[in-house]
Amino acid sequence: MLGKLSWAAIPFNEPLPLLSAAVVGIVALAVLAIITKKGWWPYLWNEWLTSVDHKRIGVMYFLLGLVMLLRGFSDAIMMRSQQAVAVGDAQGYLPPDHYNQIFSAHGTIMIFFVAMPFVVGLMNFVVPLQLGVRDVAFPVLNSVSFWLTASGALLINASLVIGNFARTGWMGYPPLSELGFSPDVGVDYYLWSLQISGVGTLLAGINMVTTILKLRAPGMTYFRMPVFCWTALAANMLIISAFPVLTATFAMLLLDRYLGMHFFTNEAGGNQMMYVNLFWAWGHPEVYILILPAFGVFSEVIATFSGKALFGYRSMVLATLAICVLSFMVWLHHFFTMGAGANVNAFFGIMSMIIAVPTGVKVFNWLFTLFHGSVRFTASVLWSIGFIVTFVIGGMTGVLLAIPPVDFVLHNSAFLVAHFHNVIIGGVVFGAMAGYNYWFPKAFGFTLDERLGKASFWCWLIGFYLAFTPLYVLGLMGMTRRLQHISDTSWQPLLLVAELGAVVIMLGILFQIAQLYVSIRTRDSRRDLTGDPWNGRTLEWATTSPPPAYNFAVMPEVEAIDAFWEMKRTGTAGIPPTYEAIEMPRNSPTGFVTAFFAVMIGFALIWQIWWMAEVGVLGAAVTALVFGWSENREFEIPADEVARRERAQLA
Amino acid sequence: MSLAQVADYVPTELAVGRGGGGPAPTRIVVAYGFWIFLLSDIIMFSGMFAAYAVLSGNTAGGPSGRELFDLRNVFIETACLLFSSYTCGLGALSAERQRPDSFYLFAALTFVLGGAFLGIEISEFAGMVGRGAGPSRSAFLSAFFTLVGTHGAHVTTGLLWLAYMVAQVLVKGLRPHVLRRLLCFSLFWHALDIVWIGVMTLVYLMGAR
Repeated sequence: MLGKLSWAAIPFNEPLPLLSAAVVGIVALAVLAIITKKGWWPYLWNEWLTSVDHKRIGVMYFLLGLVMLLRGFSDAIMMRSQQAVAVGDAQGYLPPDHYNQIFSAHGTIMIFFVAMPFVVGLMNFVVPLQLGVRDVAFPVLNSVSFWLTASGALLINASLVIGNFARTGWMGYPPLSELGFSPDVGVDYYLWSLQISGVGTLLAGINMVTTILKLRAPGMTYFRMPVFCWTALAANMLIISAFPVLTATFAMLLLDRYLGMHFFTNEAGGNQMMYVNLFWAWGHPEVYILILPAFGVFSEVIATFSGKALFGYRSMVLATLAICVLSFMVWLHHFFTMGAGANVNAFFGIMSMIIAVPTGVKVFNWLFTLFHGSVRFTASVLWSIGFIVTFVIGGMTGVLLAIPPVDFVLHNSAFLVAHFHNVIIGGVVFGAMAGYNYWFPKAFGFTLDERLGKASFWCWLIGFYLAFTPLYVLGLMGMTRRLQHISDTSWQPLLLVAELGAVVIMLGILFQIAQLYVSIRTRDSRRDLTGDPWNGRTLEWATTSPPPAYNFAVMPEVEAIDAFWEMKRTGTAGIPPTYEAIEMPRNSPTGFVTAFFAVMIGFALIWQIWWMAEVGVLGAAVTALVFGWSENREFEIPADEVARRERAQLA
Repeated sequence: MSLAQVADYVPTELAVGRGGGGPAPTRIVVAYGFWIFLLSDIIMFSGMFAAYAVLSGNTAGGPSGRELFDLRNVFIETACLLFSSYTCGLGALSAERQRPDSFYLFAALTFVLGGAFLGIEISEFAGMVGRGAGPSRSAFLSAFFTLVGTHGAHVTTGLLWLAYMVAQVLVKGLRPHVLRRLLCFSLFWHALDIVWIGVMTLVYLMGAR
């Protein structure tokens, strides 16, 4: 009846996960109770859960990323604490089995459910506004994408209390992830939550590429698109060409586990290194899926707050596309130690170093934009400058690791851990935070508190260096990654410094929460009434903050690269136009309902509750059939209604 | 479906969704988006093709392709699938010209040919499993059943979708939004041919040598 599920799945003997789950459960129940008591359900359902507005969906993506950041960070600080104390005779407080689940969950969550929602959320919110259009190409599909990502996040969190998570690390390498060595549900949680959210990401990528290539305001040729749109285009093209490989790879591992096939097994001719190759054929493009939109954020922030057009626009575009192509030619540098031979390793080493060239072009473009600009040092700019310094260091350690003989020494060491945290925190997280501070007033109509924002930045920056510089040193001293126990006591001082760094980063997160809280409380004094709080250059600043559902009452006519700057310069901004009727997509519960059945299918397959899986598939199929039959998915806002709303905004 | 109708704001001759011409009309946006989805689907197949290429020699003492494949069957399968694409194309043309009767005829032919393909494939699979050459016998057979089976699953989805589209035409007639969905279906059906040509060459022709 319930497959493998029984009371034994609840870890009654492990107080930590049970306690944290209880806290999360109580908070969730309290939130639900407040919503019910205040009667907010209709608002929540109509305005958010069923919304197909790209701005609302973007905000929900970002919110998902923020919530999951707390989860991923709790894992991080638990690992740091364990390594700081479990030295020599001490065993620490985390048993090996639990520790293995934590580092696996940390990596999986941070990549798929923090970094991805951050960048996809920013792209969702910003790109249609910058293109001067009213929504993405497929608004309902956009909602489906978000809710599938949320489904994956829900499943991975369920593994905390119901059953367990993988002990395989976030890459899930076989043969360890095969049924013979991981017989319980941990790897299944990993695979199904990533399969479901992966489908969501793929659909989001298709949507965004179609939007950028086919829906742009009149006059917006490719070489007038803001750089953020270019980086979004590149990132989403990478999503389309990389995520299906991950889907295929995970499908093979699932077939091994569920139907006894032999893709990656030790027996019957399976090949484990094929998994590693296929995984990184997705995995290396994935790091550029994350970093390219962050590059776009920095380009926008630096140009705006320098009061200058971005230096070298065309070289920035070309560098973006060069990275996009090159990112498919370096995957083998993740496993030089496979033993592919000197020539193969040399090729991939050189290709990896070549990627540093377009990245360097970008760094110089940002520096030259700042140079002789009248720079306003807002929180967004601090994040951007912190990024330039930090990312250059991370890039250089990356070039070091791209030298195969060096990699043979440093492979899977703490040096590698420090390197990729250096580029992902220094690049993606800093980029997400720069974008968050920059576009928050556009999304909500009031600015964020600068003082607390800057405090958060300094804590993150200092905390980052405290936490990861010691790991570089420890890696060179021979410390490997994922150690539950440290036998060399001479490493402890550096591990204690790293622990301190994690605490400082925690302060940074607390400042971020405080910043949001204080800004909301003082929102009346920090309203953005102009729609253009930063003296911006691109079209998102040409509409009100927050923008109406239709973004622009009249579609803007684009005449130059920085379209809005050009309008302000020539004095065409703010001329009252003649309004026409606007066609908008209707809200749809399709995404939410799809997610409901996706969770049901995922959970049922993890626990092998076959009847429930059948019900879920049937429900999802019916949902697809109902949506596939529907028509009149749009409604029209009449011209006089548009005019009335616009005048009310201006008044 | 989308906001591409905002194309109404610019003169029609400019509204091509290219350069500075403003947003493209819905029909183009839908077909373009679906076409990109098909590209992603083909990339997923490429992962499976790669796996097959790596594992095709790993028979683990079990039967190899030469012992299992019957090229006569493959020829009939290929003929069925390619002809079904031809009839699918004729059906699409009939639909565009608002001729429901010939659309039904060609849809039925497409369905029968696709069903014949699927029937042959299923009997081939059943025969192999019956001889003890199922997907868990060796890495080669895992890769074979997964690659060819995924294509077969796509054909199955296509047949269900075709039936569903015929129902939509019966109930709603050949209206613009139904025509857009038919366009996506025919793109899907033709893409399965492309994948099948790869399967036929890499799996059957090269495997039966």
